[in-house]
Amino acid sequence: MKILRPLIPLTVILILYFALKEGVPYLGSQLHEGTWPVIPTSVMKMYVFFIAVGVLLIFTFTDDGFKANIGPFAEIYLNPDRKIIRFVSAVLVGCFGAWVSYQYVKPTFDAPVELRSIHPAPPSNAKMWGKTYSIGTLKNPLREDKENFAANVKAGGEVYYKNCFYCHGDRMLGKGPFWDGFTPVPANFVDIGTIAQLSESFVFWRIGTGGPGLPSEATPWLSAMPVWHEFLSEEEVWKVILFLYDYTGHSPRVIEPHH
Amino acid sequence: MALKKNSSVAGNRYLKIFMVAFALAVLFPFSGSLELSAENFSVSDVWAEDAAGGEPAATEGEGADGESAEGEAVESNEWKPAPPPVLETKDYPLIPGFNSRMWVWYVAQLHLFFAAFVLGVPMFVWAIELIGVLSGDKRYDRMAHEFMKVSMTGFSLAASFGGLLAFLLFVCYPDFMSYMTSIFGKTMIFYAVLFFAESFFVYTYYYGWDAMDNAKMKKVHLALGLGLNIAGMTLMVVSNSWASFMMAPSGIGDDGAFLGNVWAAINGPLWNPLNLHRVIANVAYGGSLTAAYAAYKFVTVDPKATEDRAHYDWMGYTSFIVAMVGLLPLPFAGYWLTKEVYGYSQQMGITLMGGVFAWLFILQAVLIGAIFLSANYYLWCSLGRTEAAKRYYFMIKPLGIVIVIAFLMWFTPHTLIMTSTEVTQVGGTHHPVLGPFGVMAAKNTAVNTLILATFLSFQIFRRAGIKAVGDGFWAKNGTAIQVALYTAAMGNIVILGVYSYVIPASVRIGLSVPQVCTTAVVIILAMIIDGKMFKKSEEVSETKWGQMPMRSQYALFMLAISFTWLMGLMGYCRSAIRQHWHVYTVFRDNSVEAFTPTLPFAALHVTIIVVIFMALVFFMFWMPILASKKGKVGAEQKAH
Repeated sequence: MKILRPLIPLTVILILYFALKEGVPYLGSQLHEGTWPVIPTSVMKMYVFFIAVGVLLIFTFTDDGFKANIGPFAEIYLNPDRKIIRFVSAVLVGCFGAWVSYQYVKPTFDAPVELRSIHPAPPSNAKMWGKTYSIGTLKNPLREDKENFAANVKAGGEVYYKNCFYCHGDRMLGKGPFWDGFTPVPANFVDIGTIAQLSESFVFWRIGTGGPGLPSEATPWLSAMPVWHEFLSEEEVWKVILFLYDYTGHSPRVIEPHH
Repeated sequence: MALKKNSSVAGNRYLKIFMVAFALAVLFPFSGSLELSAENFSVSDVWAEDAAGGEPAATEGEGADGESAEGEAVESNEWKPAPPPVLETKDYPLIPGFNSRMWVWYVAQLHLFFAAFVLGVPMFVWAIELIGVLSGDKRYDRMAHEFMKVSMTGFSLAASFGGLLAFLLFVCYPDFMSYMTSIFGKTMIFYAVLFFAESFFVYTYYYGWDAMDNAKMKKVHLALGLGLNIAGMTLMVVSNSWASFMMAPSGIGDDGAFLGNVWAAINGPLWNPLNLHRVIANVAYGGSLTAAYAAYKFVTVDPKATEDRAHYDWMGYTSFIVAMVGLLPLPFAGYWLTKEVYGYSQQMGITLMGGVFAWLFILQAVLIGAIFLSANYYLWCSLGRTEAAKRYYFMIKPLGIVIVIAFLMWFTPHTLIMTSTEVTQVGGTHHPVLGPFGVMAAKNTAVNTLILATFLSFQIFRRAGIKAVGDGFWAKNGTAIQVALYTAAMGNIVILGVYSYVIPASVRIGLSVPQVCTTAVVIILAMIIDGKMFKKSEEVSETKWGQMPMRSQYALFMLAISFTWLMGLMGYCRSAIRQHWHVYTVFRDNSVEAFTPTLPFAALHVTIIVVIFMALVFFMFWMPILASKKGKVGAEQKAH
């Protein structure tokens, strides 16, 4: 039975693998209804590899553990009396290798794998409304207007519900009436991973130039976001930005100047 | 005997005279012309004086013209800052079959690997030698000497690659180098001359080791070691200023024209963060490579030579500790550097961390995690040196689980690589479960957890073979206090990590500071408590140096390889975020190779560089072994 000892760490690895494979999408589906957010294969491979490494390290740090878990492999492959089990294991390992290879080379109709930045680097300058804006230094001109702040937020809300609501939703969760018609789906502004991470100038640039204004890196973006500077005024965009941050309770990111 | 003593005294006297003369010779050229201070080291002042026809400062030829000529002559000598030229492809020398960028990349990286090693090793060699002197334990001295022996070939290789790099830059990028020398020319000369000081110190320090191994001369020897470190450090910070200027130029006008103050150009926004990061990294890197050397010796030495095995085991352990001491603060120095990158240019920062280079940071996280895993495995295996360590084995499994979970959080990417099917399943680029692990709040929590867990492994190893005795407060309650300390610290780190999700991003970054402080406080307090607890202690079982399994030594190799790979990838990243600029936003690179390579291309070439370097490292390791071998003739002569 000692020869079966390596099955213990192997079982631990398999249990953890299935826990991630099924548990994470289940949890994700509860957080983001209507989706089944699997762990992307690129990340899953790394997870499983390092879980396997971690488990092996834990099981082999003592001499006894090392002998118990690695010794059977030496027994199988080096002991002349273990012909049958050696043959069977060699066939199994070979079949597994063939299966992995086949998965890599088999024809597929899937689009190529994409690396898409969540926050693309903004250009130094962006052209909108016939003017050139320096994204690095641009500030929301309405942010300091404390007197009219509430009115501006309200006006931004009106702009939002007339234009943005259809995709981004009434609660800004990215679940407007048309949300499931898009890939990628509209951004969820309440999530801490979107506007909470960004400066207002970045959001201004994203709204103003929309999907077509995204930089060429990591294309295709496939974003259906309209080029809003062709439909809204500059002031309306700043107002809607005020509204986005006010409604979600997030604060815009402030890049500290270097002293 | 008397004759021997006299000759030794005379030798020491000559050595002292030689050292003083050499120091004067090295420092003399700078005494008049190069005063490295913010107020004085200003080229604009020098040129302004020239232009006004006043006394020139250390530019005799020009000054003579300035004094003798009036009017036009003075104008002709007036220094006019020139913006960098706008180059075209044809301005770059093209050598058929020779790719300038690749050559510069390869040679610069190899130079940096060796330079980091030879700057890092003397720092801890000096510290180990000092410990040896203070404790009177000769083993430290022997080990420090051997570390220096390993690094000696590295000095030559670093200098050779550095020379080749300089030639390549001047040949392949003459206009760029012309611009750089117009700003940093004096510092470049200072840098080159400083090599003499470095050479002087390194050779006298190494070759004088045995000659100065007496009570009187040991202090002189330590002073030489200090000189070596000062010279090495100065070399590094001077060259760092050129690299940081290329990333975040300062001391120039909007058009890129030099404003005349060299200090302003040196002291750019990224200079000091880069200096700090490199100093710490050099120590860690030097430790990891010498650990690999000790491991190499350990696995190749005759198993029956127990004394040698014990020596190399101890040497490997010491190097490992040095590498860890360097590694633990390194992520925080890295944060400072990246924060300053963001502060300098939001665009550059996002390109680096969230844009096209983001996945290189995932590789970085994976390699750092691999270092932590290797380090912990080595420490766990180290428990095998002591029979009594078995009483702590029960802690290893939970520790391992915590480390693996923290590690998975640490490298979870923010920017995911997905197939179109996965994008549809996830519903976009933002993953609702993995997304929160991709931001810095999770990373800070994970890395602090990793550090604390690794330190706990170290603490377990330290107390494996001993136990506290007596009825003192600390002997009785020390462990319980430490458990409370670790629990409170982990609670604080996790709560701060979770809290940072619900506060503005600008405040969130600041929360990394209390997290780091928590970790630092635990480490310091745990060591103090250990000191008090084991002030009176007894050995439960003997620590048998040399009783280490072979697999533990491969963890040390893994450490060195991971460090090297990491440096190559991140070095590329730091340099490549300039993208198509020689000097960011100021001097455009219009050569045919001015493109950002794909990530696989960059990773492949960094890997090839690492393989070349490792081959050279084995050469470096082989040299001291070769030097210690006696040829047949020598052995026979000795026998007679």
